[in-house]
Amino acid sequence: MTFLETAPWMIWTVLLPLCAGICTFLFQRAAPWLGVAAALGNALAVAALAAQVLRGGSLRYPVGGWGVPLGIDLRADGLSTLMLAMSAVIGVAVSVYAARYFSDEDAEDDLEAQRHKRAYFWPLWMFLLAGLNGLFLSADIFHLYVTLELLGFSAVSLAALAGQRAALVAAMRYLLVSLLGSLCFLFGVALLYAAYATVDVTTLAGLAKAGPITWTALGLMTGGLLMKSAVFPLHFWLPPAHANAPAPVSALLSALVVKASFYILLRLWFELFRGVVTLPAANFLGLLGAAAILWGSFQALRVRRLKLLVAYSTVAQLGYLCLLFPLAQNAGVAFTAWSGCIYFMLAHACAKAAMFLAAGNMAHAAGHDRIAGLDGITQALPLSVTAFMLAGISLIGLPPSGGFIAKWMLLKAAIASGQWGWALLMLAGSLLAAGYVMRVLRHAFTQVDKALPLHRVPRTMEWTAAGLAVLAVLLGLMAARPLALLRIGAPVADAAVAAVEGGPR
Amino acid sequence: MNLDHWLLVFILLSSFTTGLIIFFLDEEAHRLRTFLNLLGASLKVILVGAMIAGVHSNHVYESRLTLLPGLDLVLRADAMSVLFVALSSVLWLVTTLYAVGYLEGAPHRSRFFGFFSICVSATTGVALSGNLITFLIFYELLTLSTYPLVAHRGTEKALKAGRNYLIYTLSGGALLLLATVWLHTLAGPVEFSLGGKLGQAALEHGTELTIIFALLIAGLGVKAALVPLHGWLPQAMVAPAPVSALLHAVAVVKAGAFGIVRVVYDLYGVRTAQYLGVLPPLAAVAAFTIVYGSARALFQDDLKRRLAFSTVSQVSFIVLGTAIFGPVAALGGLVHLVHQGLMKITLFFCAGNLAEALGVHKVSEMAGVGKRMPWTMAAFTIGALGMIGVPPLAGFVSKWYLGTGAVLAGDYWVLAVLAVSSALNAAYLLPILHAAWFQEQQGPWPREETRGRWETRGMLLLPPLITAGLVLGAGLLANAPFSPLGWVRLISDREYGL
Amino acid sequence: MSLEPALFYALAGVGLFAIGLHALFAYAHLLRKILALNVMSGGVFLFLIAIASRSAGPVPDPVPHAMVLTGIVVSVCATGLALVLANRVQATTGKMQLPDEGDGA
Repeated sequence: MTFLETAPWMIWTVLLPLCAGICTFLFQRAAPWLGVAAALGNALAVAALAAQVLRGGSLRYPVGGWGVPLGIDLRADGLSTLMLAMSAVIGVAVSVYAARYFSDEDAEDDLEAQRHKRAYFWPLWMFLLAGLNGLFLSADIFHLYVTLELLGFSAVSLAALAGQRAALVAAMRYLLVSLLGSLCFLFGVALLYAAYATVDVTTLAGLAKAGPITWTALGLMTGGLLMKSAVFPLHFWLPPAHANAPAPVSALLSALVVKASFYILLRLWFELFRGVVTLPAANFLGLLGAAAILWGSFQALRVRRLKLLVAYSTVAQLGYLCLLFPLAQNAGVAFTAWSGCIYFMLAHACAKAAMFLAAGNMAHAAGHDRIAGLDGITQALPLSVTAFMLAGISLIGLPPSGGFIAKWMLLKAAIASGQWGWALLMLAGSLLAAGYVMRVLRHAFTQVDKALPLHRVPRTMEWTAAGLAVLAVLLGLMAARPLALLRIGAPVADAAVAAVEGGPR
Repeated sequence: MNLDHWLLVFILLSSFTTGLIIFFLDEEAHRLRTFLNLLGASLKVILVGAMIAGVHSNHVYESRLTLLPGLDLVLRADAMSVLFVALSSVLWLVTTLYAVGYLEGAPHRSRFFGFFSICVSATTGVALSGNLITFLIFYELLTLSTYPLVAHRGTEKALKAGRNYLIYTLSGGALLLLATVWLHTLAGPVEFSLGGKLGQAALEHGTELTIIFALLIAGLGVKAALVPLHGWLPQAMVAPAPVSALLHAVAVVKAGAFGIVRVVYDLYGVRTAQYLGVLPPLAAVAAFTIVYGSARALFQDDLKRRLAFSTVSQVSFIVLGTAIFGPVAALGGLVHLVHQGLMKITLFFCAGNLAEALGVHKVSEMAGVGKRMPWTMAAFTIGALGMIGVPPLAGFVSKWYLGTGAVLAGDYWVLAVLAVSSALNAAYLLPILHAAWFQEQQGPWPREETRGRWETRGMLLLPPLITAGLVLGAGLLANAPFSPLGWVRLISDREYGL
Repeated sequence: MSLEPALFYALAGVGLFAIGLHALFAYAHLLRKILALNVMSGGVFLFLIAIASRSAGPVPDPVPHAMVLTGIVVSVCATGLALVLANRVQATTGKMQLPDEGDGA
C-alpha cells in the first residue's frame, strides 16, 4: 500500500486550513497566495480521502490514539466525503475569486479599508474551512457543537467584513441567533449525556429510546439547528446578512455555512434519533419547508436589490431540503429521497455560489445592486450573465443540470410513495424560481441607448463565476459517481430497491 | 471508435459547437460568423444524409449516457426521427441564409446566431430522442434557447412576449416532468419503440395511464399550440421574421406535434391508446383547434398574426391524423408534418421580405404588391394554395390522406372539419392573393428600401424560392419513393403492421 | 422532602436557561441580550456539572467537566465577539440596540 493510500488524509483536511489561517494572519502580504494554495491543498486531500473511502468503505480515525469515550473520533463515510468535496471545490473557486476581489486595483472605497478587509478575510476564511471540515468529520455530538461554534464565529465575522451599518447590524443579529441556536444544541447534548452517558453518535444511535428526556433533547437540538439553517420561520436573519456581505463571503455563507447545520440535522434525525422520530414530526418539518419555498420565492419576486433576491432564493431552496423528512418516512423510497436531498445540496451549493459571484460582478460593474438599473448589463459582462443564467437553470431544476437530477429523485420519491402534495409543491417552486431568475435575466435583453459608465470587472472574477455555474450544469451529467459514494455508510436504503428502479415491463 | 455510436452525437454537436463559438465572436466578425453558420448547417445536412442512407438499409444508430441508475439519455435514429431531423436540417440551412440577409446591420447578431444554433441542436435532440426523459431534456433546452430569440429586439413588447412565452412553456414543461416521473415510477424507464411498450401497464394501471396521457398532451400541447394553450404564439410574432419562420415551421411547434406523435405511436402504441379510449378526446381537441385557429386568422390584419393563427390551425392536422385510428390517417398526419413545415416557412419568408423591403406589415397595405415583388408573391402564392389544399401541391396530398383515413375509420365528422377549414383557409388567404395580384397599389409603401438589381436582397429572395420549389416537388412527386410521402408510408406500415 | 443535590443543581441549570431565554427576547438593549446569553450558557454548564456528580465512584465523571471547560472557552470568545460587534453597532447607528428596519429591500 502506498503512502497515498494509507496517509490519514482526514487529519490534513482540518490541519491544513488551521495552519493556513494562522499563517495568513501572520504574513499578510502573502495571504492571498497562501489562501489559494491552502484551498488547493485541501481539495487534493479531500480527493485522496474520497479515493480511500471508495476503496475501503467508511473510515474512522481516533485522534491522538485515545478512542471513544474520552478521545475524539473522526469519521468519514460517503455523506461526509461528499460534503467535504463540496466545500473543497467551492472553496477553491471562491478563493481564486477573492484573491482578485480584495486586491488593491479594484478597491471601491479607499485603499486602507480594502487592505483591512483583505487582511481579515483570509484568516477568517481559513478558520471557516477548518470548522467546516471538522464538522463534516465529527463522530460525536460535542465535537459537532465545537466545530459549529467555530463555524459560526468565522461566518459572523466575515459577514461583518464590509463594515457599513447594514452589514454590522445584520452580523449582530446573525451572531445572536447563532449563539442561541448553539446553546439550544449544547443543552440537547447535555440532556443526551445525562440520559445515556455517551456523546458518540454511533453508540447513541444504538441506545436512544423514546422518552421525555430524549424528546426534549430532540426538540432543542432541532430547534437550534433550524435557527442556524434559516428554515422558515426562523430565517429572518439570513437575507440581510447574506445580502450585505462582500460577494465571496455571500457565496460561502449561502453555499456552505447553512448546509453545515442542516447536515447535523440529517445526522441527528437519520442516525441518532432513528427510533424516536415520528411521522407527524417529519411532516411538520416538511410543512416548514413548504412555507420556506413559497415565502422565499414570493419575497425574491418582490425585492428590488439583486443580492437580496439571491439571498431569499437561498431561503426558498433550503425549504426543498426539509422535504426530505416526510419523504424519507416511506421505506420504499427512503434512499431515493436521501440521494435527492444530498444531491440537491451539492447542486445548490455550486449554483448559489456561482450566482452570488456573478451578482457580485454585476454590482461591481454597475456600482449599485438595484435590479431595475441593470439594463444592458450584458454588453459589459456577457460571461457573468451567462454564469447567472446557468446557475439559474440549476436552481429552477431545468435539465440538464444538477438541480434537475436532484428534483427528479425527490419527485420520484414523492410520486412513488403517493405523497402528491410535496410533488406539486416542488413543481410550483420551480415555476416560482423561474419567475425570480427571469426578473434578473430579462435585463440582459433590454435595449440601451447609451453606454452606461461601468467599472471594469477582472477576467478572473468572471471566469470563476462561470466555472462554478458550468459545474452546476455538469453535475446533471455525472451523477453516477457521487451517488455511488453516497451509498457507503448511508443510514437509509430503499426497500426492494431493484423493484423500484427496474420497474415492471 | 464505433462510428454508429458517434454519428448521432456528431449531428448534435455540428450545430452546438458552432453556436458556442459564435457566442464568443465579435459583433463585427460577420464573415467568420456567416462562415461558421453555413459550415455547421451544411455539415449537419451531410451527416443527416449519411444517417438516412444508413437507416434505410436497416443500420441501427444509438448513443447512450447514464444519468442515474435506471435513467438513461438515449439518442436513437429510427424512421420517425429521420423524418423530423431531415426536415429541420434542410430548413435550418435555408433559414440561416435568410437570417444572415435579414439581420444585416442589426445589433447583437453574435448572440442571435449563437442561440439560433443551440435552438437547432435542441430540435435535433428532440427528433433523435430515444425515450421520454431524453425528449424532456431537449424539449426544455428548446424553451431556453428560443426565449432569447423571441426577446431579441429588446423592446417592451418583445420582453412581454418573451415573458408570456416562458410562462406557457415552462408550465407545460412542469406538467411534462410530472407525467414523465409518474410514468417512470409505474413502468420503469420506457423507451420509444414501434408499437409502444405500455400494453401490459395499461391493463394494470389504466386510470393512471389515462391521466398521464392527458398530462403529456397538455405539456406537449403548449408548444404544439393546441387551443387553449396557444396564447403565446400570436404574441411571439414580435420576433424577427427568421425566428417566426424557424419557430413555426421547424422547431418549437413541430417539436410539440412530434412529441404527441411519439407518445401515441411509440410510447403508448396506437392500439394501447385505442384501448384506453384517449384517442377520441384528442381528435376532438385537434378538430376544435383547427376550426378555431382558422376562424381567428380571418380577423387578423397583421400579416404575421394571421399566419400565426394559421399555424395554430394547421399543426393540429398532424395531431388529428395521429388521433384517428388507421394507417391512412396516420400517413396524412405525418406527411403534413413535412408539408406544413415547407409551406409555412415559405409564407413567413415572404412576409419577412414584404416587411424588410417595403415596410408592409398588414394585409390592408398589400394592394398591388405583386407588381412590385413578383417573385416573392409567386412563392407566397404557391405556399398559400398549398395551405388551402389545391392539387397537385403538397397540402392537397396530406388532406387527401386524412380524409380517406377518416372515412376508412368511420369518422365522417372529420370530413366536415376538413371542408370547413379548407373554406376558411381560402377565406383568409385568397383575399391576400387577390389584393396582391389584382389590385392597384394605393399610395406609397410605408417604408421602401432602395431597390437593388432584384426586388430585394438575394439572400432574402432565394430561400422562399427554394422552399416554394420544395412544396411543388413534394406535391408533384409525392408518389416517388424518395418523397416525404414515401418515407412516411414506411413509418406507417411499420407502426400498424404489428 | 429534600432534593438530591444533583437534581437540585440540574433544575437550577434549567431554570437559569429559561430565565436567560426570556431575557434574550424581552430586552432590546444589546448588552442585556449578551448577558442573557451568558446566563443561558451558565445554566447549561451548571446542568452539566450536576450530571458529572452522579457518577458511581467517589470521583466525578470527567467528561462533562471537559465539556464545561470547552464551553467556557467558547463562551468567552462568543462574548468577546458580541461585545465588539455591539460596540461597532453603536458607533454606526448611535444606539445600543438593533434597529427594526425589515430587510432593507
